[in-house]
Amino acid sequence: MCFFTKILVRRIFHFIIGFVSDIALQVRNLHKTYGKIKALKGISFEISMGELFALLGPNGAGKTTTLRILSGLTTPDSGEIFLFGKSLLKNEIYAKTKIGFVPQHLNLDLDLTVEENLLIHGLLYNLSLREIRKRSFQLLELASLSDRRKAKVKELSGGLRRRLLIIRALLHHPALLLLDEPTVGLDPHIRRKIWSFIKQIQAKGTTILLTTHYMEEAEILADRVAFIFSGNIIDTDTPTNFIKKLGQIAIDIFFDGEMHTKYFHSKEEAEKALLEYSQKYNAITLRKVSLEDVFIKYTSSQNQ
Amino acid sequence: MKGFLATYLREILLLKKRFFRVLLSLSINPILYILAFGIGLGKGLYLEGRPYLEFLIPGLISASSMLQAFAINVEINVARFYLKVFEEFQGAPISPLSYALGEVLSGITKAFLSTSVILGITFLLGGVSIKINLLFWIVVFINAFIFASLGLASAMTIKAHADQTLITNFIITPMMFLGGTFFPTSNLPAFIQPLVEILPLTLVSKTLRDIAWNKPLDYSDLVLLITLAIFAFLLALYTINKAKD
Repeated sequence: MCFFTKILVRRIFHFIIGFVSDIALQVRNLHKTYGKIKALKGISFEISMGELFALLGPNGAGKTTTLRILSGLTTPDSGEIFLFGKSLLKNEIYAKTKIGFVPQHLNLDLDLTVEENLLIHGLLYNLSLREIRKRSFQLLELASLSDRRKAKVKELSGGLRRRLLIIRALLHHPALLLLDEPTVGLDPHIRRKIWSFIKQIQAKGTTILLTTHYMEEAEILADRVAFIFSGNIIDTDTPTNFIKKLGQIAIDIFFDGEMHTKYFHSKEEAEKALLEYSQKYNAITLRKVSLEDVFIKYTSSQNQ
Repeated sequence: MKGFLATYLREILLLKKRFFRVLLSLSINPILYILAFGIGLGKGLYLEGRPYLEFLIPGLISASSMLQAFAINVEINVARFYLKVFEEFQGAPISPLSYALGEVLSGITKAFLSTSVILGITFLLGGVSIKINLLFWIVVFINAFIFASLGLASAMTIKAHADQTLITNFIITPMMFLGGTFFPTSNLPAFIQPLVEILPLTLVSKTLRDIAWNKPLDYSDLVLLITLAIFAFLLALYTINKAKD
């Protein structure tokens, strides 16, 4: 098969896939280097339509780089990305209209009002003034920000600014929402409000890719989780399956100034072990296994 | 098209919110230059057969419109390094051309505002006989277009806000003093004159003075300015594309 035929077949394949498959996003073998630092070392993953997929990893793992590439802010060195069957890198403008990006930092105009920030965004995404007004009204309602629409952004609290950032990204009806550490630096009450807000957005059919280093956040929100470490995706599964694989119950034992954790698949096994450990050690805790345990297990093995 | 509108509208909304502060700051420098150089130092002084104030005003307009147009780099730097709003524009489905046009037009608007302030002060002062016609405004437009494009290009090139001061100190400030603003370039040492004569600001000061004094225009200067404007804008477009990390 000649080169051009191959390309044609590939194009037709991806075109058909775009129609029949339920895959919203496909990332294949993505590489990115900043100077001598290899930020991404060939990551690959897929997200289904309507799914909330979380990239979980420590700081500097490559989460933000992945999102910056997907949102068109950074160019990858190599790799392929397909958004609803179309190459994202070759159809940048199309991809940008389909994606809403919420960065980790607040990139809002502090001196402009809530409405003015939404207006600028709407015009950037080629919406009509009527559409901007209608959509702003709906989203401000959804985010409980209607009464603050005339307020300058600098007059809003951190939680309200974060909500505004999210609804701004939703203004142009994106099919894929990218959330980079959406609750970083927020207090637990506001964090929970943002979580329910994200769940409401997903319930309306939006596919969501979220990065976080809060394990609880991923456990509560994500349908599937990928652990990313030093630019590599180590494993992908549902939070429940990850926990099942490790064991449902954990026993923490403190000795020699360090905490050691043992995992058990059944309550009986755990209780038997607890009895044994309680004769040897004083500080013992029995608890449910969380995604944090899975994360620590994965990252410590990677560190070694 | 809406990308251009969004970029321009953002700058205009910000300008509107700070309008009186901006107007005040735009008035201070021309008032000081007119008082210190035009009235204090230049009283009774004639240059090229004209009262010094009539020599100074067109030069002051060219320098002030240059500074205001170039100063868009400060706003862009704030948007890029501090507010990170530039990412919102980078991530949007708009072309670099739309963004560049919006920013450059905002620089031109600010340059027109500063020109209006100087003309207003001149009018209040009285006794200055200069001609202001459409061509005068077109030359101010070209001047602002060149320096807003260069301001945009410099804002896209620098890696930190502090680098901007270097560009201003080494390029803009010398041009402001040597570009025929306060004195004729023929007063400068002969070896430096060929270099000074091709500076955009020298061409603008000379052209504005010719129009203001109702003298025949050297159209080759105008052609050169338009060529410079095209190059400056292409440079700005190139740097926007390069600003992606």
